[in-house]
Amino acid sequence: MALEIMEGSIAIAQAVRRCRPQVVSAYPITPQTHIVESLAEIVANGELAADYITVESEFSALSACVGAVATGARAYSATTSQGLALMFEVCFNMAGMRLPLVMTIANRALGAPLSIWNDQQDSIALRDAGWLQLYAEDNQEAVDLHYIGYRVAEDHRVLLPTMVCFDGFILSHTYEPVDMLSQEEVDAYLPPFVPKYRLDAANPVSMGMYATPDYYLEFRYENDQAQKRALEVVREAGREFGKLFGRDYSDLVESYRMEDAETAIVAMGSICGTTKDAIDEMRAEGKKVGLVRIRCFRPFPAEDLKAALANVSRIAVLDKNISLGAGGATPRGAVALELKDALYGTSTPVLDYIIALGGRDVRIEDIKNVVAACEAGDGDRFYGLRTEVL
Amino acid sequence: MQELRIHGRGGQGSVTAAELIAVAAFEGGKYVQAFPAFGVERRGAPVQAFVRFSDHPVRLRSQVYTPDFVIVQDSSLIQDVDVFKGMQPGGIAIINTERPIEQGVPEGVRVLTIDATTIALETLGLPITNTALMGAFAAATGMVSFETLVDALRHRFSGLLAEKNIETTRRAFEEMKVKAGAS
Repeated sequence: MALEIMEGSIAIAQAVRRCRPQVVSAYPITPQTHIVESLAEIVANGELAADYITVESEFSALSACVGAVATGARAYSATTSQGLALMFEVCFNMAGMRLPLVMTIANRALGAPLSIWNDQQDSIALRDAGWLQLYAEDNQEAVDLHYIGYRVAEDHRVLLPTMVCFDGFILSHTYEPVDMLSQEEVDAYLPPFVPKYRLDAANPVSMGMYATPDYYLEFRYENDQAQKRALEVVREAGREFGKLFGRDYSDLVESYRMEDAETAIVAMGSICGTTKDAIDEMRAEGKKVGLVRIRCFRPFPAEDLKAALANVSRIAVLDKNISLGAGGATPRGAVALELKDALYGTSTPVLDYIIALGGRDVRIEDIKNVVAACEAGDGDRFYGLRTEVL
Repeated sequence: MQELRIHGRGGQGSVTAAELIAVAAFEGGKYVQAFPAFGVERRGAPVQAFVRFSDHPVRLRSQVYTPDFVIVQDSSLIQDVDVFKGMQPGGIAIINTERPIEQGVPEGVRVLTIDATTIALETLGLPITNTALMGAFAAATGMVSFETLVDALRHRFSGLLAEKNIETTRRAFEEMKVKAGAS
């Protein structure tokens, strides 16, 4: 392993180059811009034999990828926030047509009000689109999940597009050490894309046809079955990665200091790094606290979460998103909603904290405050709300 | 873990300085994390950038609130921004100014001044002080060596620009070495 220090976005671009996409199409948007700028340079310098298709919008960017993958090419895109929102229709089409892709999401809040800062509302809003969604805690994981993402997406048991989500600015604009695999190593792990079906004039097929009421339900069933199969395919791909390169990603959820934990925090993304530091401090003070980090949100690892959380007395969920209007009288984010579904029938209280929306900073003290509130039964609320400005 | 906060104005290269210091410290065997205060990128507006140094991988993702070290690229910022905010006793503040700084310095914080603008004007021909202040930071704190800064500069810049910036860093390093040792 040879660590190098670089900006997160540049590391992603370098990882994508090593995945050898044949088509790259993206539209720049903060905080994703450095990724696609860097890739444009890489292609222009002849370091990646890809067509870089410049477009006038995110809708077109992802549409170009749909066409490219339909012909059997490996393609790549990246976006965030409003850009992802503009791709909404294409996202559903791409998954429905079973076209595998890896798209990086540099997670950012959605307007209005306009915010360029980080939360996870953008990708969460697309959770029903049929894509796989993987969330990275740091830039090393963000990089590695691109290799794993292609391998899973293109697996014939899956054939679904994949979002690799990493927190905008917090990771995308941070310089930190990463181990970049060599081209040979990536080639050994990630074979060329072999499409199951492709557009080919010699053997004509139609893709994305309309389905009558006699067939539509079955298409949706198949799509969901592919998501379910992906649970095991992600585990396999993560295990194989660990065997080759020493970093094992076979767990869809990571348990941190969960042995004998009475209070568990459940979260996704970079907030988990700060949470781990907070847990170490709380453990030193004698508090039995642990973290269960969701790496794979789609497919949702319900059974894994149930097992990881089987012995705790209470759960605090950090939701960097909100499903507006959900939860009856109290607010609810997507992670808590889905976790409660997974734990239905158990008696463990799950308390939700809507936190860090629109780039609000989270400190170690904040995590400790959440744990204290959870222990006191005070949850299902916004955390850090500035009531004086309401 | 030690933390550095750099105050500057948009266009003065604060983010670049944070990155180069991080690259140098990493080469010196430390785990590092460098990042800007997100979002304010207008030329002339107050900006901040941060570096964390540790013997272990850095997991913490919050902004820097209690810096061990502060670099101030432009002393006019002191009127607008509390550049000493959160500094603890034993901390070191490196300030680009021709005049002594006395007001607002917290108890136990060592202030070291350097006329980085004059050095930059003489070596680069431009009032861009980030590489001078990197040299001053190395001399004042020992967090990075001069040699690793030179490597970081050669990695980032090439040709005459690299050499001019290395000269800028060297002059500030030597001046600050005398000053930090003497006071």
